[in-house]
Amino acid sequence: MNSLYYQKKLSRNVVDKFFTSLSVFCALIAILPLIFVVTYILIKGGAQINPDLFALEPNPPGDDLDAGGINPALIGTLVITTIASIISIPVGVGGGIYLAEYSKGGPFSKFIRFGVNVLAGVPSIIAGVFIYALIVSTKILFGSMYSGLAGGMALSILMLPTVIKTTDEGLKLVPNELRYASLGIGASMYTTVLKITLPTAFRSIATGVVLGIARAAGETAPLIFTALFSYYYITGFGDLFYEMGSLAVLIYNFALEPYDAQNKLAWAASFILVLSILSVNIFSRILAAFTEKTKRV
Amino acid sequence: MIKTNKKTPKNIILSLEDVSISYGTFEAVKNVFLNFKAGDITSLIGPSGCGKSTVLRALNRMNDLISNCSLKGTVLFDGTNIYDKRVDPVEVRRRIGMVFQQPNPFPKSIYENIAFGARINGFAGDMDELVESSLRKAALWDECKDKLNDSGYSLSGGQQQRLCIARTIAIEPEIILMDEPCSALDPISTLKIEETMHELKKNYTIIIVTHNMQQALRVSDMTAFFNAIEYEDGDGGKVGYLAEFNSTKKIFNSPKEKTTQEYISGKFG
Repeated sequence: MNSLYYQKKLSRNVVDKFFTSLSVFCALIAILPLIFVVTYILIKGGAQINPDLFALEPNPPGDDLDAGGINPALIGTLVITTIASIISIPVGVGGGIYLAEYSKGGPFSKFIRFGVNVLAGVPSIIAGVFIYALIVSTKILFGSMYSGLAGGMALSILMLPTVIKTTDEGLKLVPNELRYASLGIGASMYTTVLKITLPTAFRSIATGVVLGIARAAGETAPLIFTALFSYYYITGFGDLFYEMGSLAVLIYNFALEPYDAQNKLAWAASFILVLSILSVNIFSRILAAFTEKTKRV
Repeated sequence: MIKTNKKTPKNIILSLEDVSISYGTFEAVKNVFLNFKAGDITSLIGPSGCGKSTVLRALNRMNDLISNCSLKGTVLFDGTNIYDKRVDPVEVRRRIGMVFQQPNPFPKSIYENIAFGARINGFAGDMDELVESSLRKAALWDECKDKLNDSGYSLSGGQQQRLCIARTIAIEPEIILMDEPCSALDPISTLKIEETMHELKKNYTIIIVTHNMQQALRVSDMTAFFNAIEYEDGDGGKVGYLAEFNSTKKIFNSPKEKTTQEYISGKFG
């Protein structure tokens, strides 16, 4: 009879130990890039932060003394992401409502779900080239070529699948009893969706939307083809129709410059971009945790 | 209003004429003829799978929400076949409200739970008054008058179910359908709901599905016993049918059918 006590030298216990440590080791390696990237950017970029950064225009490369600030790029990123949200949130939430509430699982809704999944996997540069061909090269927007508006459109293509999917899944989590309750007292379908199911799923939808925005804000490739870049302050509504700077493209442009001042500016921009995406992600986590807690309000 | 020229006897508020309901190709219940009298509580009893819940859901077109469900025959309400193509199911559900098996309050305050239905029905009167009177009719007012702004989920299961009844009353339907309203509740809550039903009888017609025969005996004036028989082709599938319909007293004391006798004495089901 074997003893009931734990025996270290037993081969199954040795192998077990080995596999446990191996998986821990792999997990640590997996997290390393994130830690290194974030700390490196925080250290390199954090050193460049000063009030002027947020207020000034960047100086053209070559002026070796002072690179200026990232104000236009910062505002540009905000504007372009807002345009992307304005386009993709209503369309995406509406499409998600159709999939979850109205479609009966027929071939059309299956096709849409498949299409959304494919769209989610399309490389972002394709979205940029698509809008370039459709909007920029045709000058269809009142004769303007590269513009903030076109940039927002390209990003909205990237946001759309995330918004549709999270809306669809968020609504599916709403128990059917709630729908029956509402319909059973004579509410119409749209009242039920607007007043009961959508508010119940609101927080999980909001979480998905926030994640979609965070993804779009960091994209570079689609903006190179659409919004291009600008050194100048955004002063008014009309600037939407001209080239617009963004943090991501500023980093791309200035990191490749041979001048030290521009490189430093790129680091600073990276710092701001990483920090804001990180905080948006954390915000969505908090939102999700909040949803979890108040599920049975 | 769409009227057909069919005549229904006086006092009959709702009548089923040769109704058969199928899910896809599977026939759930067949050839039901049934008349519900206004102001009565009618209970539908029978073993599982006999189609009594299916019939109940057919009465206010909740079956429309199940995609492959279809109905043959006519359901006459207020002189109109509610399965006529021109009928708006939303309007039907406003006049025939429903209470479900699981208490399902909206994730809103107690007050809003009741105001919701009234508001979408275009209620223009004093909402506070309506909320109070609905809660009083559902015997819930005393327990929650001080916390009308609390969430509906803060109530106990039995209170939630009475809230759902109050919510249904608030839209002032003519008929209230109840699908095993007490199956998720403890005996004390059940008793309270039954008392509520006795109160409601004064103003509403109630049709209730129940598995609890004592409850049918306690609350209802009329009882319909549904049973299920195997298909003749013998593949094991069962189809429900209305076995017997009579006053509750007669069903429980001197049933005509042997199966009714066996079911109420607990021999099967």
